[in-house]
Amino acid sequence: MEYQAKELFAKHGVATTLGVVVETAEAARAAAEEIGGVTVIKAQVKAGGRGKAGGVKLAKTADEAFEYASNILGMEIKGLTVNRVLVTPATPPEEEYYFSFLLDRSNRSYLCIASVEGGVEIEEVAKTNPDAVKQIAIDPGTGVDEEKARAIATEAKFPEAVFEQAVDMIVALYKVFVEEDATLVEVNPLARLAGDKLEALDGKVSLDENASEVRHPDHAAFEIKDETDPLEAKAKEKGLNYVKLDGQVGIIGNGAGLVMSTLDVVAYAGEAHGGVKPANFLDIGGGANAQVMADGLDVILNDTQVKSVFVNVFGGITACDEVANGIKGALEILGDEASKPLVVRLDGNNVDKGRAILNELNHPLVTLVDTMDGAADKAAELANA
Amino acid sequence: MSIYLNKDSKIIVQGITGGMGSKHTTLMIEAGSNIVGGVNARKAGTTVELAGTTQPVFGSVKEAMAETGADVSVVFVPPAFTKDACIEAIDAGIGLLVVITEGVPVQDTAEVWSYLQGKSTRMIGPNCPGIITPEESLAGITPHTIAGKGPVGLVSKSGTLTYQMMYELRDFGFSTAIGIGGDPIIGTTHIDALEAFENDPETKAIVMIGEIGGDAEERAAAYIKDNVTKPVVGYVAGFTAPEGKTMGHAGAIVSGSSGTAQAKKEALEAVGVKVGKTPSETAALMREILQSL
Repeated sequence: MEYQAKELFAKHGVATTLGVVVETAEAARAAAEEIGGVTVIKAQVKAGGRGKAGGVKLAKTADEAFEYASNILGMEIKGLTVNRVLVTPATPPEEEYYFSFLLDRSNRSYLCIASVEGGVEIEEVAKTNPDAVKQIAIDPGTGVDEEKARAIATEAKFPEAVFEQAVDMIVALYKVFVEEDATLVEVNPLARLAGDKLEALDGKVSLDENASEVRHPDHAAFEIKDETDPLEAKAKEKGLNYVKLDGQVGIIGNGAGLVMSTLDVVAYAGEAHGGVKPANFLDIGGGANAQVMADGLDVILNDTQVKSVFVNVFGGITACDEVANGIKGALEILGDEASKPLVVRLDGNNVDKGRAILNELNHPLVTLVDTMDGAADKAAELANA
Repeated sequence: MSIYLNKDSKIIVQGITGGMGSKHTTLMIEAGSNIVGGVNARKAGTTVELAGTTQPVFGSVKEAMAETGADVSVVFVPPAFTKDACIEAIDAGIGLLVVITEGVPVQDTAEVWSYLQGKSTRMIGPNCPGIITPEESLAGITPHTIAGKGPVGLVSKSGTLTYQMMYELRDFGFSTAIGIGGDPIIGTTHIDALEAFENDPETKAIVMIGEIGGDAEERAAAYIKDNVTKPVVGYVAGFTAPEGKTMGHAGAIVSGSSGTAQAKKEALEAVGVKVGKTPSETAALMREILQSL
């Protein structure tokens, strides 16, 4: 979110105004009073287009700040409920620029995008005047020092009056990008305020989850609990790789690629069964033991939309008999909680033993199907029953 | 013949003494790989017993290569140390570097890739199942029991879909199957593997498995059009993945209109690649091609 991005900006010496983050209209009034003068009330959600959605308002008085904050708090922007607003002093920009560092997947490198035209409408500028949007490759090995920053500022044609400030800001923004392990650091708009003062008026930072895990324990604080789906939060607590979707067939599988593929196969099969769709992505990884399987089933069965569950496992490293025992153990752990039909497809390593275990179990909720396509069809059929 | 890896490959394991490292070194030996030792600076001079063999542990990749003539290294070290392990192997001049480790910070991979430019190392991964030339050698974690030797070359972003496809086509077998990994930045790409399979006389047809995110599949399509004469069958996972959500693989995220499964499928079909809707349909398409060869 904007205020979090600005905290990271400030930490690394990027010129910005933090403002005050509040969760009630009353607190917005108090913040506006303290700041004094005209303030901006900005919805804080992880989504673009906040201004267009009516989530950004200029308040001339503290009472107006109260009024706008009450309207904005609780508003939905791109499906996200606004629970916080940022109150900042209104600093009308004289010019607006765009600046970002990002991961460039295609070139396996970093990229800097800069434009002294536009600001907020950067996508428009890129379309109508692509020459004004400079793309400059950054070698991850050498990075951005003052000399490189100078070259970037020159190529982007930052005006004389703010040129030195731009150089400093580029160096500082690259520090944010590298030291915080970001995949995107964006300032939009980067503004020239009265008195030729350069400042990051709004920004966005996307962090690399792998890096946060490995070396940035402090990044956990950026996670906003109330924006997370409760089932996703529960799955995360149990260390499961789960994404909630809008559908009726719960999915459990091993390996990200196979699970994604399973979602597709279920969606195709659903076309013949009343348009049922996959309810989630859940990758239980290599070791599908009873506890992991039980945790996964527990999350999925708590999804009230779910009508059937498809367990799709290819035994590669994991043997199918271990997976079958995992399912058996999970059903024992869950007891009466397991209340929806389970379609299981096992293939690969020790498949015969695995299928024998489930056949012997002869559980009323479990249907064993040999192929992935056949099992998807069965799960879709049961979800549509 | 095969690509990148064969029965003569001499393999060392960085992180051989760790849990993952020792478990999979055992499986690699059982698959017939010529494992010649491992690296762990803190346990240099010791040995480990794995699958009935005694493996020496060296203090560095350089020393291991000098002592054993190793030309392949498989990396199992934890993500925080993967960058340093890779740079050490590149400095030592290893020919093939297979990075299995999952969860490597993407900026570390970017730095390794930058460092590798102009040097003699080929990197596969990170976050991948590695490479197998069935009945010859395995450098990675792909189960060697799924399929034997045959005419199909397989390149895939996903591990389990690699296994699934090998299983579906196990009656034909594979020249080499390579899992390139699902991270946003990887060493060996679809295009690299396509080029190698095109030049490998043993490979008669190629299966290419992709997934949402990035533009690797679109680039591969453009490459196939101009450079690949062998039949290629494709599969793309993630048609139903919602925009902006990460689906397990750090790279599997759809942002905006590009990078969707549909766009990738269309790009591949536009250059004559048959694309299956499901893994089994993809296997059936390949089966038809193999039967007509």
